[in-house]
Amino acid sequence: MKRWDAVVIGAGHNGLVNACYLQRAGLDVLVVEKNDWIGGAAVSRELTPGFTYSNCSYVCSLFRPEIMRDLELPRYGLQVIPYEGGAVFTQDGDYLAAYHDPHAHRREIARFSARDAEAYERYARDVTRQCRFIQPLLMRTAPDPASFRPRDLSELVYLGRKFAGMSAEELQLTVRFWTMSISDFLDEYFETDVLKAYLAVSGIIGTALGPMSPGTAYVLLHHYMGEVDGAVGAWGFARGGMGSITRALADSLRASGGTIRTEAEVDHVLIRNGKAEGVVLAGGEEIRAARVISNADVKRTFLKFVDEKELPEPFVKSVRNFKIRGSSGKVNIALDSMPQFPALPEDSPCLQGDMHFTDSIERMERAYDDWKAGRWSADPMIDMVIPTTLDPTMAAPGKHFMSCFSQYCPPQVEGRDWTDADRDAFAETVISQIADYSPGFRDRIVHMEVRTPREIEAEVGLTEGNIFQGELTFDQLLFNRPVPGYAQYRSPVDGLYICGSSTHPGGGVMGAPGRNAAAEILRDASKSTRHVSPAYDVI
Amino acid sequence: MTVVPPLTDEKRRAAQKHIETIRFETPFHPRIAALMQTNDWYDWAGYKSANTLWAEELEYFAIRAQSALFDISPMVKYRIEGPDAEAFCNRLTLRDVSKLRPGRVHYTAWCDDSGHVLDDGTLFRLADTRFRLCCQERHLPWLLDGALGFDVAVTEETEEIAGLALQGPTSCALLKAAGFDGIETMKPFDIRDFGHESGSVTVSRTGFTGDLGYELFIDTPLALSLWDRLWTAGELYGIRAIGNAALNQARIEAGLIVANIDFITTDHALRADRVRMPDETGLGWMVDLKKGHFNGRRAIEDARRNNSIRHVLVGLEIEGNVPADHAIVYHRKKREAGVITSAAWSPTAKRNLAIASLERPYGDTITEDLWVEIYALHELRYTKLMKRATIVPRPFVKLPRRTATPPADC
Ligand SMILES: Cc1cc2nc3c(=O)[nH]c(=O)nc-3n(C[C@H](O)[C@H](O)[C@H](O)COP(=O)(O)OP(=O)(O)OC[C@H]3O[C@@H](n4cnc5c(N)ncnc54)[C@H](O)[C@@H]3O)c2cc1C
Repeated sequence: MKRWDAVVIGAGHNGLVNACYLQRAGLDVLVVEKNDWIGGAAVSRELTPGFTYSNCSYVCSLFRPEIMRDLELPRYGLQVIPYEGGAVFTQDGDYLAAYHDPHAHRREIARFSARDAEAYERYARDVTRQCRFIQPLLMRTAPDPASFRPRDLSELVYLGRKFAGMSAEELQLTVRFWTMSISDFLDEYFETDVLKAYLAVSGIIGTALGPMSPGTAYVLLHHYMGEVDGAVGAWGFARGGMGSITRALADSLRASGGTIRTEAEVDHVLIRNGKAEGVVLAGGEEIRAARVISNADVKRTFLKFVDEKELPEPFVKSVRNFKIRGSSGKVNIALDSMPQFPALPEDSPCLQGDMHFTDSIERMERAYDDWKAGRWSADPMIDMVIPTTLDPTMAAPGKHFMSCFSQYCPPQVEGRDWTDADRDAFAETVISQIADYSPGFRDRIVHMEVRTPREIEAEVGLTEGNIFQGELTFDQLLFNRPVPGYAQYRSPVDGLYICGSSTHPGGGVMGAPGRNAAAEILRDASKSTRHVSPAYDVI
Repeated sequence: MTVVPPLTDEKRRAAQKHIETIRFETPFHPRIAALMQTNDWYDWAGYKSANTLWAEELEYFAIRAQSALFDISPMVKYRIEGPDAEAFCNRLTLRDVSKLRPGRVHYTAWCDDSGHVLDDGTLFRLADTRFRLCCQERHLPWLLDGALGFDVAVTEETEEIAGLALQGPTSCALLKAAGFDGIETMKPFDIRDFGHESGSVTVSRTGFTGDLGYELFIDTPLALSLWDRLWTAGELYGIRAIGNAALNQARIEAGLIVANIDFITTDHALRADRVRMPDETGLGWMVDLKKGHFNGRRAIEDARRNNSIRHVLVGLEIEGNVPADHAIVYHRKKREAGVITSAAWSPTAKRNLAIASLERPYGDTITEDLWVEIYALHELRYTKLMKRATIVPRPFVKLPRRTATPPADC
């Protein structure tokens, strides 16, 4: 029976990034994926003829350029196209746009407030400063503060130096950033509700918190620290849909000799004498490997794939307590023509960006109140994009794919399981909101894919449908992600690693967890990490 | 303090169209576009502005030999008005505003509470309780927040007020010929209102060239007729429209600094160590400790007391004739001492000039044996030059006509 050097559970983008690095370092790697498609939450499927969806994730910024380069992803078809900005439609028939050009952006805000127009610069400076602080941490294994190993010590010193290099003001701002609510944070800069509502979206996306909950300011940072070709904070569309990222990764993996098996659901990890020796598939097939790396979230990995008795009790407890609440839903729509938004001028660049309908923080917070009560938001916060305005490959000319991410959507409905009727009622809140601003919208719909946390969990395996494989709150970040003591991609079981978004630096299509995990695994295997380039300098 | 009123719904909607022209045109655009030969535009704070109109070198000599007309409308302007206007400006800026009489303008700067420079600019005292602040960057939230507790209204008026700089040895005579009676009696930094059509034009004897010159401010609707008035009268005085490139040469000769070119303003500094105190940007002379409290005072005093001021801005004269833009400054050709922020060959002084930011003790206690490393790219080959640099006082070029009152031929 073949014994692989490594078996990776899950062909999500992090599992694939991890596998690529291991294969390139000379290990013989097998990826097993339960679905008959790959990609996890970075996936593009054609569910109706002629339309490619970005079924889960829909915009790209966080994916690290170092990884794209190391794994030669452009050669395998990856291209990210930046987009303009976006708009919030206001209830009085106007809108607030976000424009790429700083002066146009200032003039746009000045339509609402002369003061806020000139406040944006300082806000952007402060956010950028914080991103510059965090960015270098993404591509490093978080230090274990309880360890005295030289590498941990030197990483702690690195962290310490970064803090020491900060001015008192910056340090104050950093701590505030990590603890404040996005609403309070924005109040320090701006007075215009619609502007705050537009900016606050990044603080709540995928998060089971409202804009007034402490901790959401950090979530905003998490969404800002990405880049498109060096433009920090910019977002773009992956040409061909988000699945083109995982397709490129899979091609890169195969080209270097790696193997992917789909429709191969892991039932559990094979553990002997406290050491992982492979996996057992749902049908009972055993696959042997020198090490096992799980791309699934931390709960699935340790509460489903591993027998509890193999794990120390405090660890199991921490994993159980890991916050991974589902809070988002998504409606993917195929349109037979471009929807009209009479509020926007014809050819407005906003149509190529992210569009929202929630024009106040208060509406956003009320949308969250529904979630707390176990219901989907009656007036949901929708992040809507139409990638086909910039990407001609996802639908035929004149046809469009629209992605509507909706916050908030609970993992269970008032304590019971989702039904199909619930799902359709959830979709209706999204459709009717769009239709309010876009006459004739319903008539353009050709096909629709509705995803509540139920579908997201069932298809992607994200526990509770949490899009980040665990909340991005500060108690679950850095050396506390996923749980204290196990932030370095290792686990209590020898030879069992985790590499998904549950680990540092967290969720989003970023690739950093998969890459960092690969570096640790290679170190344990005494293999060279020369294929893993260091993070680009932040200068 | 009064709150800035929001636009009416109707106005707010009409303003949507701004996105159709990302680079706004200034009120003088029709005239400048008609004279534009090089099609060499650049973006000045969101406005389409001329970098050159026909030839940089020749435009420069319009400043030094005739009269040069330059559009300064993109300068950011704030109106500060109310019983507490003087007290507010005194709290905001470094110099003593109580010494600034109505009808006078002074060059000043303002800092945040940590004593780092937010911007420099000119403060016009148009009347006892009315000021205009002109600058490069935007500060409305800072001004409004600072106005809390003061009986003063702060309004941004960049678009309402158009501005022209008329600079050069014939500028006084030109204005006189254009009907600006008594212009010759204006001293440097004087302000005076003159009639123009239905309204008036505010003229100050100021400029950014170190030459004889004036700046004219007018309500936007009257802008073009003011231009025409100057242009018609100017025919006999060699009036020429000029762009930024020529102006920049003249301002370096005058030793004047530009925010976000010669230093980074606090609101722009993404890297926390790039911010600068007045003492680090050559603006220390503005700090008036005899007046009451002002923003940044405590931090500036502390830094002076603790001797923790880390940089110094100096004027340099460099051997040879190759401009040393952004070159590294060395001590003994070895140790990095700083960086050149602006550089130009001076046609008037026939010297190679530069403004540099040095890290102390260089420029402070160590002022000798400084060198700059210039990489001159010619026909795809770099010539690497190590040239001696000498610290010299600014302005590099001092023209008696800048300050003579009345000006010579007026
Ligand atoms: C609806 C939605 C919208 C999002 N939008 C964005 C966005 O616009 N931009 C962005 O950057 N991020 C977005 N995200 C977040 C981002 O997509 C995820 O954080 C990221 O894709 C997770 O990647 P991963 O590789 O860590 O894990 P996953 O993608 O979750 O991969 C895990 C893989 O493991 C497989 N698996 C699970 N169990 C088993 C098993 N038993 N056996 C075998 N295989 C198994 C799964 O099928 C899956 O392929 C979104 C997520 C969702 C759900």
